[in-house]
Amino acid sequence: MDMQVARKKLGLKERYAVMTRGLDWTPSYQKMEDIYPYMSYEGIKIHDWDKWEDPFRLTMDAYWKYQAEKERKLYAIIDAFNQNNGHLNVTDARYINTVKLFISGISPLEYVAHRGFSHVGRAFPGAGPRVACLMQSLDEIRHAQTQVHSISNYNKYYNGMHDFHHAHDRVWFLSVPKSFFDDAITAGPFEFMVAIGFSFEYVLTNLLFVPFVSGAAYNGDMGTMTFGFSAQSDEARHMTLGLEVIKFILEQDPANVPIVQRWIDKWTWRGYRVLTLVAMMMDYMLPKRTMSWKEAWEVYFEENGGALFKDLARYGITMPKCAEQIALEKDHLSHQAWSTFYNYAAAANFHTWTPDEDEMAWLSSKYPNSFDKYYRPRMTYWREQAAKGNRFYNKTLPMLCQTCQIPMIFTEPGDPTKICYREVDYRGEKYHFCSDHCKKIFEDEPEKYVQAWLPVHQIYQGNCFPEGTDPTVEGFDPLAAVLKYYNLESGRDNLDFDISEDKKNFAEWRGQATRNI
Amino acid sequence: MSTVFIALQTNEETRQIVEAITQDNPQAVVHEQPAMVKIDAQGKLTIRRETIEALIGRDYDLQELQVNLITISGNLDQTDDEMVLYWNA
Repeated sequence: MDMQVARKKLGLKERYAVMTRGLDWTPSYQKMEDIYPYMSYEGIKIHDWDKWEDPFRLTMDAYWKYQAEKERKLYAIIDAFNQNNGHLNVTDARYINTVKLFISGISPLEYVAHRGFSHVGRAFPGAGPRVACLMQSLDEIRHAQTQVHSISNYNKYYNGMHDFHHAHDRVWFLSVPKSFFDDAITAGPFEFMVAIGFSFEYVLTNLLFVPFVSGAAYNGDMGTMTFGFSAQSDEARHMTLGLEVIKFILEQDPANVPIVQRWIDKWTWRGYRVLTLVAMMMDYMLPKRTMSWKEAWEVYFEENGGALFKDLARYGITMPKCAEQIALEKDHLSHQAWSTFYNYAAAANFHTWTPDEDEMAWLSSKYPNSFDKYYRPRMTYWREQAAKGNRFYNKTLPMLCQTCQIPMIFTEPGDPTKICYREVDYRGEKYHFCSDHCKKIFEDEPEKYVQAWLPVHQIYQGNCFPEGTDPTVEGFDPLAAVLKYYNLESGRDNLDFDISEDKKNFAEWRGQATRNI
Repeated sequence: MSTVFIALQTNEETRQIVEAITQDNPQAVVHEQPAMVKIDAQGKLTIRRETIEALIGRDYDLQELQVNLITISGNLDQTDDEMVLYWNA
């Protein structure tokens, strides 16, 4: 970029003040509480909205200018990638399954984030936060669109991505990220800002984007790397706003502190559970590894989050208690998650496989306290069985956690040999939880979480078959009917990578690209 | 003191920006990772417009950094002349 920089007549601070202050007015014939009806019920007290300031001091005119520049860079690279069959340059075809996970699990959340920020921008009476929410709302829809554009090139050649949004709204494990964001946008505006702006964007986003994007860079995926970086440049602004939100709310009134603390505790845990998908992606799905989940957690949460919570201690905010349990889980999370997806490969929109010897050696070195003892025997056994023609596909539906909607696969903190079960009786019904933290979130707001759309319950109730299906006929295959409802083709979009069309095609096309045949 | 950081895309525009940052912040540690540069610093990191301008030989608006920014950590304060990342504790 060779931008012409015209010296501005006003300094940055003055320009920001002019563009974000005095834009509103005091209504004369409507009551403030009728115009901003969501401002009081969460219990947060705001005395002076003008105390809110975007530390980047970005104004709309500058926003358009830099966003346009980002788009020009991005689309130039997407074109180059497509024109040069960039998809054949990735390390190996297993990598493409991370892209499938991303488009069906993450991109739809960008769109929901767009809606969420439009909504809260409207709900806040202060002009500063309204401008910030407007920018973030536009960023989020840009992310959804650019991700769809970048990944559409993979969809031309590989399976499982053809109806990603349909899948997002239906496929069992995709209810994990979906319900996370649905939970956030159905909360009040302040809770949404703490949930997404702070807990997700500030505390956890580095664990989502940096691993995916540097994973793409390590694995030769220029397309994904570029949209990732383009989105990430916006994320840096979102993170800054997330931190600003927290400081602003806490400084406005001491009564806000315990409310905010409860939200931070809740949303750090909720977000962490969603990142289970990222953990297994990093440790099992990237043919060329970047860093282990455990290392990423240590750098981006323990070190960086530690610094953050030390900084917030002056307001009386403490590190969420769940951090202790997460520290105990970091040796186990990705292995337990991948084991589950290996089991349920018949019901997913991507392929799974067992790690090879080199990959297991890498896992042993990164997880010296857990991999060889608990997980290597399991992976080895599955591999041997697959070699004998007994590739195991689990067709029994698992029990789900009522809060995070993840199957009850996690082990007791401190005892990786025992599955962790918690339950609560509420109005004559029994509810199940994967952990004390998910249980507590339910107990704080049972009326919200009893309404959860749990995929397994819905399948058993007959709500996940194509219209007109008769489950009572002789020889009815429930999984086949569910896959039809998901719009996934059994044998092509699911099952083991080894027998996949993706693997076969990739090898053939790469061969054509390097030989004269 | 806690560590603040900034990560930038590795490209021709950021090469001199990284150089400017290391000039102005002797405590900064540069980690070159695939496609990105992460710069850690104890307590505080200052990015100065004038240093960048001297290295790139043209006027520079610190907001241009938005285009190549990947992530940051710490409280931020940006003016026309400086972008500062810091922790209070």
